[in-house]
Amino acid sequence: MTDTTDIKFSDESMALINNLIKRYPEGKHKSALLPVLHIAQAEFDGWLSVPVMDKVADILNIQPIEVYEVASFYSMYNLKPVGKCLIEVCRTSSCWLRGANDIVAHIEKRLGIKDGETTADGKFTLKTVECLGSCGTAPMLQIGEQFYENLTLEKVDELINNPQLVAKHSTYLDHTTFRKN
Amino acid sequence: MGRKVLLEHINEAGIQGYDVYRSKGGYASVEKALKTMAPDAIVEEVKKSGLRGRGGAGFPTGMKWSFLAKPEGVPRYLVCNADESEPGTFKDRYLMEHIPHLLIEGMITSSFALGANTSYIYIRGEYFYLVRILEKAIAEAYANGWLGKNILGTDYSLDLYVHPGAGAYICGEETALIESLEGKRGNPRIKPPFPAIAGLYGCPTVVNNVETIAAVVPVVNMGGDEYAKIGLGRSAGTKLISASGHIKKPGVYEIEMGITVEEFIYSDEYCGGILNDKKLKAVVAGGSSVPVLPADLILKTANGEPRLMTYESLADGGFATGTMLGSGGFIVMDESTSIVQNLHTFARFYHHESCGQCSPCREGTGWMEKILHKILDGHGTLEDIDLLWDIQRKIEGNTICPLGDAAAWPVASAIRHFRSEFEDFVKNPTAHREVKYYFHCNNLDTAASYSSL
Repeated sequence: MTDTTDIKFSDESMALINNLIKRYPEGKHKSALLPVLHIAQAEFDGWLSVPVMDKVADILNIQPIEVYEVASFYSMYNLKPVGKCLIEVCRTSSCWLRGANDIVAHIEKRLGIKDGETTADGKFTLKTVECLGSCGTAPMLQIGEQFYENLTLEKVDELINNPQLVAKHSTYLDHTTFRKN
Repeated sequence: MGRKVLLEHINEAGIQGYDVYRSKGGYASVEKALKTMAPDAIVEEVKKSGLRGRGGAGFPTGMKWSFLAKPEGVPRYLVCNADESEPGTFKDRYLMEHIPHLLIEGMITSSFALGANTSYIYIRGEYFYLVRILEKAIAEAYANGWLGKNILGTDYSLDLYVHPGAGAYICGEETALIESLEGKRGNPRIKPPFPAIAGLYGCPTVVNNVETIAAVVPVVNMGGDEYAKIGLGRSAGTKLISASGHIKKPGVYEIEMGITVEEFIYSDEYCGGILNDKKLKAVVAGGSSVPVLPADLILKTANGEPRLMTYESLADGGFATGTMLGSGGFIVMDESTSIVQNLHTFARFYHHESCGQCSPCREGTGWMEKILHKILDGHGTLEDIDLLWDIQRKIEGNTICPLGDAAAWPVASAIRHFRSEFEDFVKNPTAHREVKYYFHCNNLDTAASYSSL
């Protein structure tokens, strides 16, 4: 296990984690692993380092390998650093039929990066993903919890030019996503 | 206008919130169930209704419920499958976003019927903005006494929680979903035992799709016999269809099962016809897994009968000339579409989503993607088409869960109905690549892929 002394969740995040653990029967706290990893990723710059995963193992009282094997299985967990704004563009059938490849090509050109890469200034990461359930409003992309739908190249330009998007790390959740039990 | 029982009030302003939902008769099924019905009587009504699983398999819901084991002193669980990930499907998202209380109400009534005191909604992680919406609706339900201890003064208590996944199509398979809910990788379990005997935490568990659980509300409200009168024969009730692709009006439509495919595609009430008035080329009628059909076979069966939007009619002709209703993910392709390129997006999807547990699926989906990649890149041969056929045949039926079949069927059907297009692509790739063509496949090292073929 790595040294996790520097890894500290905020009090708000710890309260949220403890709230979520209570949603599962006694002794079944491992069930909270997926949501807790989301919280960890939101707290620590949008990705899961080994010390962060070890800290999660410690909090849930499970073995680090139980965390690694889960973190490496699910596509929403980033095991490498990502840019502040993680742009996820859907490319499966319905989005492809409505021009997803044009969207990807446009973003690549605008940002000067390829799929999977991060801009040198650390602001943007581009990732193509599989169907996000937005087929009727294709093409689309996701940034954090937000869906951007019925995209055109102009809309993409507007997005990329919006300084709000890179003001802080994009996250899928915040401290208000879940209710208090 | 077909009958609507799920989305009847969808256009009411404020239906997303509790007050308007309640004023439109919301939570009546919970009152009726808890105050006037025994749990087993609800299961009987669901059986009588003919309601079938709306997630894709179409298994009779009442029968699934009746399999639930009820050993003394062991908790039972109801888990809602909101892991909607089948390409072309976005109906559950629509329902949860616009009328979340319908799902909450269905969860309460269904949990009571099954004797579950803790229930979960497992939602795909990409839908995190919906977690927010569902959590708000659940908080409203608690505040108004529909959840918690001694609901409506009865001795029935229920806690309901939302549990987000983290990006894995396979977790839509019910045993993978249970594994994931237990905090593990989404590897499907070997069955038996089925979840009805040993599911979540080894306890008896029912896993039902969002739309199925929502449909329990009208079933209980109107009674099973009345619900069974909606629709056509064994395709009882309504179905939410997610319409996408080259159509004028993409979106989610609640249809009464039994309308013709032609009406669904061309009438202004539904898809409104093909985008830019082009010709229809092909349809994937039930989500990416089901066989693709060319225009003539999706509009009419091989016997020349009009094809209907029902489980039976869409399956008419088996896989030789038919398809499946599946999840209702209806993807329409116009005459300009390259079937080969579209198939590549499916093959890439299944390769990405295979959990890796079974060799035929883990290896086979990768091979299929690579071969299609090779064809698209202009290096394909006629033998590659036969190789694709051979691989899909060796995956189908040889895996623990249906993902293998789901990966095989699109390949098989594309070759079965559009073989000449594959041959043409192989013989004259440049002409085909001029059809709007970009290539994005950074996961694969092209040269290395070819040398291994």
